[in-house]
Amino acid sequence: MTPGEYTVVLFHSTSYAIRAEKVLHKAGIPSKMIPVPRHLSSDCGVCVRIERADREAARQTLEAAGVELEDVHDLADCSNP
Amino acid sequence: MIYFDNAATSWPKPPGVAEAMVHFLNEVGANPGRAAHRRAIASGRILYDARETVGELFHAPDPLRLVFGKNVTEALNLALRGLLRPGDHVITSSVEHNSMMRPLRALERQSEPCSGSVQVTVVECSPQGVLDPADVEAAIQPDTKLVALNHASNVVGTLLPVAEVGAICRERDLLLLVDAAQTGGAYPIDVQADQIDLLAFTGHKSLGGPMGTGGLIMGQRVDEAQIEPLVRGGTGSRSEHEVQPDFLPDMYESGTPNVVGLAGLQVGACWVLERSVEAIRAHEVALAQALINGLRAIPSVTVYGTLDAELQTSTVSFNIAGMAPSEVGLRLDDEYGIMCRVGLHCAPTAHKTIGTFPDGTVRFGLSAFNTIDEVKTALVAVETLAQEAR
Repeated sequence: MTPGEYTVVLFHSTSYAIRAEKVLHKAGIPSKMIPVPRHLSSDCGVCVRIERADREAARQTLEAAGVELEDVHDLADCSNP
Repeated sequence: MIYFDNAATSWPKPPGVAEAMVHFLNEVGANPGRAAHRRAIASGRILYDARETVGELFHAPDPLRLVFGKNVTEALNLALRGLLRPGDHVITSSVEHNSMMRPLRALERQSEPCSGSVQVTVVECSPQGVLDPADVEAAIQPDTKLVALNHASNVVGTLLPVAEVGAICRERDLLLLVDAAQTGGAYPIDVQADQIDLLAFTGHKSLGGPMGTGGLIMGQRVDEAQIEPLVRGGTGSRSEHEVQPDFLPDMYESGTPNVVGLAGLQVGACWVLERSVEAIRAHEVALAQALINGLRAIPSVTVYGTLDAELQTSTVSFNIAGMAPSEVGLRLDDEYGIMCRVGLHCAPTAHKTIGTFPDGTVRFGLSAFNTIDEVKTALVAVETLAQEAR
């Protein structure tokens, strides 16, 4: 797994994304809020980007905390060669 | 100068409230939940933190089931107009504020050809404003859907037994809506332990926030699909759809929210949490009892309510024999710099209950920021006016 391989977690709305960010931060999983990539949704909101390696840990952490997810997507490698 | 009009809105606000609002305007300023740039996210975080802090104060398990609005009136309108349908029966009390009574009376008048209209039963409280839970239970009908109660009278401060009514509502499978305008931040409220399904609160009283902030907490027994939004519009979510989102809190929060106000509320609510509602309550009970005792000691002054500070908020209503409330209010302000509220306090049925309709009362609404010295100064002023009226 190389750095720059990302997964994004989509939520119903920004409030859910902020809640997820807090939960992930508490669990020590690095995350960043980014605009929802256009190819995933036409929504104007934000989603939470995590390292792909953290995908399952993040999903479990969020589910355990009762944060409802809408979708989880792996992004194409966006690291700069 | 003494500010005793905290039952209408609190002043001063806790330290940092105004600064947080200025900070938002000058340094953040963006619309939350719309764009994804840093300031939009910062704005969204402020909104979320306010949701979390206010939720924590009321022991609400899920901050996303807390819907912000402009005040408790809007929250009560959302709960009542959103939930009640023609043919439903609702039970309320005789010490309600017009924020509860007017939407109920309007619903009562809206008649449907087949199902009729919403039916309202007003359970009488005692002249001290005390509600007997057994009277609420006796008023339950097969078509009763909701019990809607003021947590404390805004006129005499008397606390209503919401937890006892909450237990009855659970047993009879009814929902309980509580108007916490006079108690939120000043009296302990635990929506889970008290079994409150819908808690309407205001931000600008004992929560220490600015005007224009308030909201509704929806418990787990409340099915949001059964509560129609008052307003529909942009939420920043599900933008591809022309229909309103069906999830909380977005479905009830259309349009740009009052983040500048909520930034202030967040700091005010934190201040309450840090001091603890219990400590604030103890301070206010001491002040209110001193005020009640002092007023009762003045011949020709009538004090309303239970006269026991433990059974009420720190709002005390009284009258001076021979002097109209309006004149008392004017002279307290002009001659003593004491600001209070006189008249009917938007609660005509409450005044009928305590026997002061249509003249009303003089109301001193104390807060966490008032002092015993202010109470003593005010008592001297009232005594002087009472002597003149004799």
